[in-house]
Amino acid sequence: MTTHVPQGAGHLRTDETPPERPASQTDQSSPDAKFPGALVWADERVGAAKGLRFALKKVFPDHWSFLLGEIAMYSMIIALITGTFLTLWYVPSMGHVVYDGDYVPLKGVGMSEAYASTLDISFEVKGGLLIRQLHHWSALFFIVGIALHAARVFFTGAFRKPREINWLIGVVLSLLAIIEGFAGYSLPDDLLSGTGIRAMNGFMMSAPVIGTWMTFFVFGGEFPGEAIIPRLYIAHVLLIPAILVGLFVLHLALVVVHKHTQYPGPGRTNDNVVGFPIMPVYAAKAGGFFFVVFGITALVSALVQINGVWVYGPYDPTQVTAGSQPDFYMWFSDGALRLLPGWLEFTLFGTVWSFNIFLGSLVLLPLVWVVLGAYPFLEAWVTGDKREHHILQRPRNAPTRTAIGAAAISMYLVLALACVNDILAIKLGLSINDLTILFRTMFFVLPVLVFVVTKRLCLSLQRHDRERVLHGNETGRIVRTPEGRFFEAHEPLDEFERWALVDYDTPTPLGLTQGPDVDSRGVARRRGPLAGAQAAVSSFFYKDAVTAVTPAELAAAHHHGEHDALESPSIPQLGAPVNDSTGDDDFSEGHGSAVQAPTHHR
Amino acid sequence: MSSLAARRRSPLALLMLLFLGLTFTGTAYAALQTGAAPGTSAEGASQEQLGEGRQLFLANCASCHGANAEGNGEAGPSLYGVGAAAVDFQVATGRMPLPAPGVQAERNISQVHFSDEQIEALAVYVDSLAPGPDVPEEQWLDASQGDAANGGAVYRTNCAMCHNSSGTGGALTRGKYAPTLMGVDAQHIYEAMLTGPQSMPVFNDQNITPEEKRDVIAFLKSIEDGANDQGGHTLGSLGPAGDALFAWTIGILAFIGAAVWLGRKAA
Ligand code: HEC
Ligand code: HEC
Ligand code: HEM
Repeated sequence: MTTHVPQGAGHLRTDETPPERPASQTDQSSPDAKFPGALVWADERVGAAKGLRFALKKVFPDHWSFLLGEIAMYSMIIALITGTFLTLWYVPSMGHVVYDGDYVPLKGVGMSEAYASTLDISFEVKGGLLIRQLHHWSALFFIVGIALHAARVFFTGAFRKPREINWLIGVVLSLLAIIEGFAGYSLPDDLLSGTGIRAMNGFMMSAPVIGTWMTFFVFGGEFPGEAIIPRLYIAHVLLIPAILVGLFVLHLALVVVHKHTQYPGPGRTNDNVVGFPIMPVYAAKAGGFFFVVFGITALVSALVQINGVWVYGPYDPTQVTAGSQPDFYMWFSDGALRLLPGWLEFTLFGTVWSFNIFLGSLVLLPLVWVVLGAYPFLEAWVTGDKREHHILQRPRNAPTRTAIGAAAISMYLVLALACVNDILAIKLGLSINDLTILFRTMFFVLPVLVFVVTKRLCLSLQRHDRERVLHGNETGRIVRTPEGRFFEAHEPLDEFERWALVDYDTPTPLGLTQGPDVDSRGVARRRGPLAGAQAAVSSFFYKDAVTAVTPAELAAAHHHGEHDALESPSIPQLGAPVNDSTGDDDFSEGHGSAVQAPTHHR
Repeated sequence: MSSLAARRRSPLALLMLLFLGLTFTGTAYAALQTGAAPGTSAEGASQEQLGEGRQLFLANCASCHGANAEGNGEAGPSLYGVGAAAVDFQVATGRMPLPAPGVQAERNISQVHFSDEQIEALAVYVDSLAPGPDVPEEQWLDASQGDAANGGAVYRTNCAMCHNSSGTGGALTRGKYAPTLMGVDAQHIYEAMLTGPQSMPVFNDQNITPEEKRDVIAFLKSIEDGANDQGGHTLGSLGPAGDALFAWTIGILAFIGAAVWLGRKAA
């Protein structure tokens, strides 16, 4: 394995090669470094140095997409801090008061203490409005960060073994994040948030048989009652944050245990991590990024209004405002309600069954997260891949997964946009009814379209990569041969660039790796009841895979005499691409055959 | 490439541009409003004025509303009993004469090609055929005498479901919409409530008293004067939709830009 690194700072990069490797050159982690007396004193009593050394020696690969999770992390921290500030003034009570504060257009209006105290935070507490806006913007950025981070994890295959559990934790985290957000924006008790609570009330009521009972339980009686705000408050400031922070710590701990994944690149194998040690480089970068995230959030919060509760007025069950939308992460569910046809509500056995609401809320919400959580396991079952993966996949190199992800996102977007159908209608001068028909159609058509297009796109990008590896980059330089023929000169790739383009698995459908139904002695193989289905889905997943260029193919291309200069023997990576060096287990057979016989997959 | 040119191409410059664009595209307020004098009705109108009104009506309106405003089937409804207030509202906001049949007669203040006197003449003429609500008196139009807080409460109960709690408008079915109420003249706000144009319900003086109508006007004018504009740019008062748009465009670009920049920095 090579220790060569392409760009500068080579002395800072270390390899983590199990089981043991020589001590890194960075002296903070060296066992015999001199430390200040106070530190030694503390260590002799707390004994943290060992764990710290382990942590500080950790190496992080560097890529901007690895910072997406940190956007979420830092936004969560900002929300936690600003939220604590808000609890000092917010009054979680539905007790009735007459407003007599600084905001003239509401003077003398009756409202709940919750709403009045939110107005006070906005207009009377010094810096209160800025903190409120920081809290809400950071909450939005938290969820934006989670979405981007989860997309990164999904499209690069970072959820594969051994990281399935961490994916599950992430899925739970994202669910908790939106529940936390919902509870949060319900607290001010303004007309908009009250409408949101009313919607939640309707969701629960739509549950067959137990619906009414459930709402009475949650609301402590008839809607709206006096209990819901204090209850949501405890959920929002205590219960959910506690679970959120706990799971999040576990999430990070698992990242440390598994070590961070890395993109394919020179010297990067499934057995090492190429990057910077936490101290000092990564810590400086990550710490710096906290201030960047905080700075951007603060700038936005100072300049852009968010949830101006004074605009909506106090909640009153008899009122509602046009343009009532929840925060964006709840849109898909609200949008589903706007698309589901009314005939799904029917009367049977003397009871009303509101399936037009039930399907879009109590069924859809859990369904989305169950599918998210199940995906890694489904994919592993389909691909039969039981190996550990520490090298990420470029999205194009997993065309079917990338296409599934893109199709799912398009489906989600259709639902989300259906939730703002009224705003789209008025801004684009369209009819709501036409939009509804359009969205209903799109919900079924768009995912198929997006799937096909994305997959084709991935495959042609893969073919393009093959071209580049085999024949080099186009130079735009036209060369004329002595015989008078013209051709474009191609520039061979250097080995660093090539590494990233060839370092991926060439999968084979399960049917091909499992061999024939009857073995050579005429004995039928034993198969599980689902084996047929498994093979079919597997073939769907992999059948048109484009294989990575093998060393043999590359050598053949070069022997055609195109560019002899390339064939210097000093390129160790090429002789042993990662897929060969992993050398493991049950997949290697199909794997080898794929290398030898790429024609299978055309 | 000079350093300035280099900077101009950076993603940050694009962000700044987007942000400035969002900041400075506020509502373009309609300039001058025209219309009949407060209190206009057929009572006490001169023969001369009625005659002028009839001429104008025959020339501009009769094709759709019939020579005697009795209505003309699909083309236009009868105007009996709509009153001077309806005529003033429809003509002075540029809705009538209708340029072409559509989903909804739209406000078109730049296309009002009648003088105040002509609008008044049209209003008294139509009112004289079969009387209806008068153009409101001056005293009910003075926002400074209204109670914005009470107006807000009345507004949220009666109007917000169509016009949005911040008066920015909302969509109705089949391409119809409740327009924005920002920049609408006090007299036209009052007349709209009084006459209920098209899909809008009528709010007569029993539903909403003249005092309350004035409160509503005071409330809407207080929004126009910036009562809602606390804590920065309002992003068009679209509620969570505006916030989401901002978060998923400028916000996300800023964060990813910062991440890419940091990822590129060598140690
Ligand atoms: C091109 C046909 C057309 C012309 C010309 C036209 N109108 Fe109309 N008018 C309509 C239609 C159609 C409606 C009904 C709008 C609706 O309810 O959607 C209407 C509605 C009205 C109303 C509201 C009636 C109510 O029930 O409140 C008034 C007032 C009115 N028109 C006055 C006029 C006047 C005054 C003129 C001439 C300056 C005029 N219209 C010219 C087609 C026309
Ligand atoms: C059912 C929905 C609905 C309700 C409720 C409603 N409106 Fe309207 N409003 C409309 C529609 C639709 C129009 C457009 C009519 C047209 O263009 O002729 C309109 C027009 C107006 C206009 C004219 C704006 C312009 O562009 O000139 C004003 C002012 C107005 N409404 C005020 C109010 C007020 C004040 C209330 C509450 C007392 C109210 N509306 C309640 C639907 C509604
Ligand atoms: C509370 C919200 C979350 C925070 C603060 C958070 C933060 C982080 C951070 C900082 C990392 C390490 C760096 C990185 O790879 O980006 C990480 C890794 C990871 N996250 Fe999250 N995350 C959150 C939610 C999620 C979600 C919603 C998912 C998936 C559904 C997820 C799945 C993962 C996985 C599988 C890893 C390991 C991937 C790897 O090492 O490459 N996380 N998370």
